[in-house]
Amino acid sequence: MADVLKLHFDVDGDDFTSAGEASADVKKRLRLMGCDPEIIRRVSIAMYEGEINMVIHAGGGVADVSVYSDKIEIVLEDKGPGIPDIALAMSEGFSTAPDTVRSLGFGAGMGLPNMKRYTDVLHIDSKVGEGTKVTMIVNT
Amino acid sequence: MKYLHSVTLVTDKCHGCTHCLDFCPTEAIRVRGGKAQINPDRCIDCGECIRVCKNKAKKSVYDKLDLLSKYKFKIALPAPALYGQFDNLDDLDCVIDGLYSMGFDYVFEVARAAEIVSEYTRRYLKREDVPRPVISSACPVILRLISLMFPSLADHVIPVMSPMETAAIYARREAKRLHPELTDDDIGVCFISPCPAKVSYVKNNPTNRRPLIDAVVSMKEIYFKLISCMTREPDHEHVSRSGVVGLSWATSGGESAAIFNEKYLAADGIDNVIQVLEQIENNALPNLEFVELNSCPGGCVGGVMTVANPFIAKARIQGLRRYLPVTRNFAGDRDSTEVPEEFIIHTELKKRRIGTFSPDEKLTLQQMTEIEALSEQLPQLDCGVCGAPTCHAFAEDVIRGNASLSGCIVCSFLSNDEEDVK
Ligand SMILES: Nc1ncnc2c1ncn2[C@@H]1O[C@H](COP(=O)(O)OP(=O)(O)OP(=O)(O)O)[C@@H](O)[C@H]1O
Ligand code: SF4
Ligand code: SF4
Ligand SMILES: [Mg+2]
Repeated sequence: MADVLKLHFDVDGDDFTSAGEASADVKKRLRLMGCDPEIIRRVSIAMYEGEINMVIHAGGGVADVSVYSDKIEIVLEDKGPGIPDIALAMSEGFSTAPDTVRSLGFGAGMGLPNMKRYTDVLHIDSKVGEGTKVTMIVNT
Repeated sequence: MKYLHSVTLVTDKCHGCTHCLDFCPTEAIRVRGGKAQINPDRCIDCGECIRVCKNKAKKSVYDKLDLLSKYKFKIALPAPALYGQFDNLDDLDCVIDGLYSMGFDYVFEVARAAEIVSEYTRRYLKREDVPRPVISSACPVILRLISLMFPSLADHVIPVMSPMETAAIYARREAKRLHPELTDDDIGVCFISPCPAKVSYVKNNPTNRRPLIDAVVSMKEIYFKLISCMTREPDHEHVSRSGVVGLSWATSGGESAAIFNEKYLAADGIDNVIQVLEQIENNALPNLEFVELNSCPGGCVGGVMTVANPFIAKARIQGLRRYLPVTRNFAGDRDSTEVPEEFIIHTELKKRRIGTFSPDEKLTLQQMTEIEALSEQLPQLDCGVCGAPTCHAFAEDVIRGNASLSGCIVCSFLSNDEEDVK
């Protein structure tokens, strides 16, 4: 008996325009399963922000999504520069995004705060120079 | 109740070539037994399959003009896009006059109603208690798309009636004022439509009242008859009362321009629309007040029931707008800041306006897992030979019991190969 649906995505760090594809794919599956629209919206916002962060700050990474009967877990893992001060990164408006990225509309420092707002659990593991692992859970 | 569709297959003409599969935004089409089939629960009447079928095997079904013969008093509601269909038209009155000559007793331009809807939209945008961005409700394809793919955005859609419906209310009221003896059933209201989506929308009467519109005819179909009734010297009794705002609704961006606020986005073409809705759902488009979405390229001038190329139609409309006042129609209650009850759609968007959307049986977690597992074993060519648009969609069909795995020729070919090797 499979009681968990596992989805794996490679998030390309070189291609800005493809950021958001993984979350769109997840959304499509959740829709087919008749998942509550509000849950779908929360998952897509949180995952989209996380995906964008991997592309902008960490040169890409991988996304693993597990759908259980009572929760959806999203794990985003990258081998980027890591986050030196997680509490600081979590504060609204904090951003190290370069100007080039800001001109595209990113870098308001709202990504992580939104990921926290829209999920039930947000956990960040990060080591400077090694990478970042973000785990998010949305209870369904 | 099943949702009725204007877009249909002409079975005889379909070669089963699978070309259309790739273009349907909701993966509603399958080819089975050599013929295309449209899943009515998924179809949003966007007309993409009509655009791309080389064999003209997809068509839109609409009403014939004779349908109106049973009514004592016949009203025409020309969509703003109609004005862009004629070469060298320099006076909107020629079109209106032509419609009278065709036998209509009264003409009410939808462009006029559009100006009133714009006024209501501006009022609605003053409300701070509604979720932003507010999404236009004029294109019925978008309503169904939101219900099917973006239900969390349903409460962003402005609950104000579309210009077509608003025009019908005004026209009926005017007819009764001119002829107090007329009853609702004496009056036949006919919308002259650029697209099949409006046909379907009206057929599925989204209100719980008597339908406001009794017939929807195709611009293409009445075109030649209308042209032959249009004279160079219009009878000046029949005058257009549309302004720049109303006419501009024919093309993408026109509706937005009339909110008099620069925080808007206007997207046209179904793929662009889907991308924009994804971004709104991802919360990635902050600071927008209003979003205008048109399924057809260029806006309504790009509808599959129009005659002219959308860019040419757009250029003509630009020319026609030139000496018109900005707006010539105002809501009756000019000082009010509310939208009158009569023009509000109360019933929940997804239930009434677009039919109840429970596309297919919900898939269980178990089924979804099986679909992913099967999909991974498929060749990922998305070749369409199985009759499904993608390998993933085919896996879904197999697990739902709607297709057999043997339908994948590539799979059978590969497994035969393996046997040969053994
Ligand atoms: N995966 C990551 N790897 C390295 N640093 C990260 C990562 N994710 C976030 N950060 C750091 O945390 C900061 C805050 O992230 P957050 O998503 O809140 O804002 P932002 O990405 O800068 O801007 P916004 O998300 O509003 O576009 C980032 O500027 C960056 O310094
Ligand atoms: S494009 Fe679609 S409808 Fe047209 S012939 Fe091919 S399969 Fe049939
Ligand atoms: S009208 Fe649009 S949604 Fe319906 S089958 Fe054709 S392409 Fe698909
Ligand atoms: Mg971010």
